[in-house]
Amino acid sequence: MRPYVGRAGGLISALRAVQAEIGYLPSETEAAAATAFNLTRAEVKGVISFYADFVRKPKGETVIRLCAAEACQAQGSRMLEKEVCRRLAIEPGKTSASGDLTLEHVFCLGLCSAGPAAMIDGVLMAKASPEKIVSGFEATKESKK
Amino acid sequence: MSDAEEIFVPLDSLAVALGADEIAGAFFDADFDVVRTGSRGMHWLEPLVEVEKEGSRIGFGPIDPDDVAPLTDAIKSGDFAAHPKHLGAIEAMDWMKAQRRLIFARCGVIDPLSLADYENAGGLLALKKAAMMTPDALCAEVMQSGLRGRGGAGFPAGIKWKTVAGADADQKYVVCNADEGDSGTFADRMIMEGDPFLLIEGMAIAGLAVGATRGFIYLRSEYPIAERVLSEAIRLAYNEDVLGFDVLGSGKRFDLELFIGAGAYICGEETSLLNSLEGKRGEVRAKPPLPALEGLFGKPTLVHNVLSLCAVPAIIADGGKAYAAIGVGRSSGTMPFQLSGDVRHSGLYEAPFGLTLRDLVEKIGGGTRSGKNIRAIQIGGPLGAYLPPSKFDTAIDYEAMIAIGAGVGHGGVVVYNEEVDLLEQARYAFEFCAEESCGKCTPCRIGAVRGVEVIDRIKHGEDHAKNMGVLADLCELMIDGSLCAMGGMTPIPVQSALNHFPEDFAFPSKKRTFGAGAEKKP
Repeated sequence: MRPYVGRAGGLISALRAVQAEIGYLPSETEAAAATAFNLTRAEVKGVISFYADFVRKPKGETVIRLCAAEACQAQGSRMLEKEVCRRLAIEPGKTSASGDLTLEHVFCLGLCSAGPAAMIDGVLMAKASPEKIVSGFEATKESKK
Repeated sequence: MSDAEEIFVPLDSLAVALGADEIAGAFFDADFDVVRTGSRGMHWLEPLVEVEKEGSRIGFGPIDPDDVAPLTDAIKSGDFAAHPKHLGAIEAMDWMKAQRRLIFARCGVIDPLSLADYENAGGLLALKKAAMMTPDALCAEVMQSGLRGRGGAGFPAGIKWKTVAGADADQKYVVCNADEGDSGTFADRMIMEGDPFLLIEGMAIAGLAVGATRGFIYLRSEYPIAERVLSEAIRLAYNEDVLGFDVLGSGKRFDLELFIGAGAYICGEETSLLNSLEGKRGEVRAKPPLPALEGLFGKPTLVHNVLSLCAVPAIIADGGKAYAAIGVGRSSGTMPFQLSGDVRHSGLYEAPFGLTLRDLVEKIGGGTRSGKNIRAIQIGGPLGAYLPPSKFDTAIDYEAMIAIGAGVGHGGVVVYNEEVDLLEQARYAFEFCAEESCGKCTPCRIGAVRGVEVIDRIKHGEDHAKNMGVLADLCELMIDGSLCAMGGMTPIPVQSALNHFPEDFAFPSKKRTFGAGAEKKP
């Protein structure tokens, strides 16, 4: 926390750093951040709950993000999502029972001109198809073994 | 250096998402000097690679990994045209020829992380000039240019600059809004990845003009490649005294920091962005006070979108008068339009204001990729209007768009074919608002949820006439009662869908009963 104290937006940058390190923000982080930034725990919790990037529980080992915004809708993202959910037996916003996968929505990855867009563990994918996403997921899973 | 052939491969997110890194690796393995550049904006041809021949850049695209070996042979033999993906000289292509690239002049041409390349291509001229001008003179040029904020509101930039410059404070800030969350827009991302020094130069000039010694770029977290390029560019700019305590020997200070957001669309609203930059929840603030007088940490702050700041170097280099001569009426200069959705030629096209929607979508965009008819376009992002083909002859400028109940926004145009169901799109507008509302004001926080419910009732024919009335009422209330543009403009896509496509709101709807609408059963 210390390097971020006193900097503009320091709390948000500190929380980003913690989450990048351990994948989520456990409740101890709230207490530590509150002390470091001289805030109440409620204020820290308020910031965490406001931003979509911050999560209080670990996500699945692999995270697939599907763009749900208009430009991708115009290129078939609604159908894509249905098909990906069916093939991977998962629902948007949920983590699989085995914990190997979290599927989430994202509003725009800036790849609108070659949609639908997706991101698998931070790796961008344009012109996404169910096949490309499933094989991308399998490959990512394999690379972690 | 080696005498190996140079090959240009984009590092732009979109090209990378289509495999540009693998292509670059394959050329590297084949002993080419690989130069990573921004994207030219011809996104239907990405990954697009280029080779220089007799002073012009020859393009090949779209390139698959399988194309690399034959392309390597074609390049080494000198017979470029033999390759099936040969596109000829990039600058001679129709898409490029007809543009007026003021902001994107260097994007896709130079190595974005070479300050020397930037300078050789005309970069830093404006900042050198600005270092010798008075703050008043700088503000006057921007005022004269007629530049209007490119983030969506279209507010005259010169007035903002004069307000901040005239404010008396021990610290002032320049904040760049790079929270490009509107679907269908990617110009900010492209310029930050393809020519980051342009943004840095524009911000430094703004700092000198308004007397701000500190600047921040608020970048959304969904743009990891832009983050990497920008942070490296800022470091290089410090090394060469483009940033720091003595900007190009002017004796004036300008420090610049990159800040990464945490996934909130609302942080593209300037007061929400400022709260976020202070480390708080990104809730909007009531205006007044204006950020120009009480902005970041309560200090006078110049908040501008990426494209507004990127327009500044051309304005200072060539003069505000020359800039004002481009465009039409009170919409001066160029706009990088962004075409996406079901359109054959998607990508970025920079042109002076004044071309029509039809030019953009049909002539430049080449109609739909699917071959189906165009039913609607949405211009200006999630808070922009849906327009039918009968409105396509409208010129794209701020006033003409307002006259038809639409807005230029950030220049994004999304094309929808005949399968689109405008009731679903209107529902989505509310759904998006409900998800992304900061929650501070009631019309937006509650209105958006109620909007989804009312549309669902209309869709299922419950008290149809009564609920159509409720929907119209709700839209009016959100426009009149919301604190910021999020709640105040969410009704724009809804009302435009209602006005131009009333058949989609009828019950039973022809679209959903017989057409290929969202609810079509297999």
